[in-house]
Amino acid sequence: MTRQQTLQAPTYDCRKAFAEELIGLARQDERIVAVCNDSVGSSNLVRFREEFPDRLINVGIAEQDLVGVGAGLANGGMIPFVSAAAPFLTGRALEQIKADVAYSGARVILCGQSPGMAYGELGPTHHSIEDLSWLRAVADLPIIVPADPGETRAAVRWAAGNDGPSYLRIGRHPVPAIGPEQTEFVLGRSIQLRQGSSATVIAAGTMVSRALAAADLLSTESISLRVINMSTIEPLDGEAVLKAAAETGAVITVEEATTTGGLGAAVAAVLIQHQPVPMRILGVPRQFAPTGGTDFLLEYFGLTAAGIADAARTMIRHARS
Amino acid sequence: MTGILLADRSRAEEFAAARRRLADLGREEAIQAVADLARRVRLSDLDMIGRARLGHIGGDFSVADILATLYGAVLNVNPAWPDDPERDRFILSKGHSAGALYATLAHCGFFPLAELDSFAQPLSALNGHPNRNKVPGVETNTGPLGHGFPVAVGCALAAKLQRSSRRTIVVLGDGELQEGSNWEAAMTASHYGLASLTAIVDRNRLQQGAGTEETKQLEPLADKWSSFGWEVRAIDGHHHAQILSSLEPSQSGQPVCVIASTTKGKGVSFMENRVEWHHKVPSPDQIVAARGELSA
Repeated sequence: MTRQQTLQAPTYDCRKAFAEELIGLARQDERIVAVCNDSVGSSNLVRFREEFPDRLINVGIAEQDLVGVGAGLANGGMIPFVSAAAPFLTGRALEQIKADVAYSGARVILCGQSPGMAYGELGPTHHSIEDLSWLRAVADLPIIVPADPGETRAAVRWAAGNDGPSYLRIGRHPVPAIGPEQTEFVLGRSIQLRQGSSATVIAAGTMVSRALAAADLLSTESISLRVINMSTIEPLDGEAVLKAAAETGAVITVEEATTTGGLGAAVAAVLIQHQPVPMRILGVPRQFAPTGGTDFLLEYFGLTAAGIADAARTMIRHARS
Repeated sequence: MTGILLADRSRAEEFAAARRRLADLGREEAIQAVADLARRVRLSDLDMIGRARLGHIGGDFSVADILATLYGAVLNVNPAWPDDPERDRFILSKGHSAGALYATLAHCGFFPLAELDSFAQPLSALNGHPNRNKVPGVETNTGPLGHGFPVAVGCALAAKLQRSSRRTIVVLGDGELQEGSNWEAAMTASHYGLASLTAIVDRNRLQQGAGTEETKQLEPLADKWSSFGWEVRAIDGHHHAQILSSLEPSQSGQPVCVIASTTKGKGVSFMENRVEWHHKVPSPDQIVAARGELSA
């Protein structure tokens, strides 16, 4: 994708891709059920319900029950996609995610909808910026943050076929398609989107297209940024991280999440132990966001192409001086 | 001792044969077999806790007759094939009574009796709370309270979607009902008319630190379940015939709640109905005395 394309490309709500792919899979496999918490609309599952009324289980506004019921459905041989707004799914039901799903090894696909600051003005209660941190602390739970509709579809297909638990973070904030649609999602494999040698930006979810745009901005300044889409947060593609560190000498991570325990922390843990290089972690610092829409908040926290480019410039200047 | 347990083949066959025999012989023999299983479960549990120097003996003994009735005469399970998709599902939501569950499963042949000696030892499959990935017969990992019931609702929903007649039975501690997740699950089960689901409340009226009613009142408990849309049956939770009768299928088309009045520490005079025996460990002398009472 060229600079012009990244700035002007049409954008998509990944929830739509999620729902379409889920319906397609449900047509082929009657074990697939959707479980939600009064979130039929916000999970984009209205059409799923129309086509499979019995296989849309709505437990009402009850997230602990939601996740436990999902684990029970899995025990009974179904393949449940447990879908709810990410802050409530992962916050309210964290112990169910730990005990009933991850520790029990239940084949439940946890679908955190509208993560990050997608709920903008609704405020920090509705922002899901902590999910990556607290789910990374839970063992045996793959964490996947697709970057665009194509990767969302591929991740949904992968999760449906995976005999174990997983967490899919399904974005609401519009993103452009970042590249050729993946036919197959491979857990734990990152995708290098730009070659680059001056520094590496490792991004996830909504931030991937912005990292590409940052690379475009810097290309006119003789700075060549490597851009990696790290859509699997756990298990992390440590090999790609180390290769990038060795070949570019500086790493920036960027995520629509707190900087305390998500992608940045995962990458830092690899680098500090094996290949220490200068690093910056971009995300939401340890604070509750002020009032504002999603675009405003992303800009407020520097989670834009310009913000990423600034961070890269500063790092590279520092390294050269 | 292995990390993941496998069935004790000969005991599993014995279990299956005994269940077939009982089906032919009838109710009296079934109740006799259940009483014998309950006695053996309590004795094994006493040994396990004495050896490990930890466990939850009070709640183990209050639920032992319920477990023995379920495994001895009710559940359609096969210890030699614990993953049979059409098995009945049993979930012990009060996971701290793992000792009683392990003893029951071992006596039915889900794994060798000798494994009970490893209870709570380093690297044993028999953790202080049950792990389905290591112990055959365990359906979900319980321990934190208020978890097993929603999972049981999911099991029953799966059976309904598959038009299977298999049953789901969950045992809840009474103190556990203070967790709100149970009431979320109770609403879901009645909303979906899950008649194949039975929740048994081990109503021993004691929780870790005090009585349930002085901690946070549960009564009127039967009314609560009725008002949540459940068919309620109240029984003596140590009377095997009553337990057996209470597990007859739903009459109403709604899920069934059995409120089983029990005594914490049942079977050992100095433990019965005493709050400290929630997780007190008996001394060697007390173990001898308890064994005597349980064997009588």
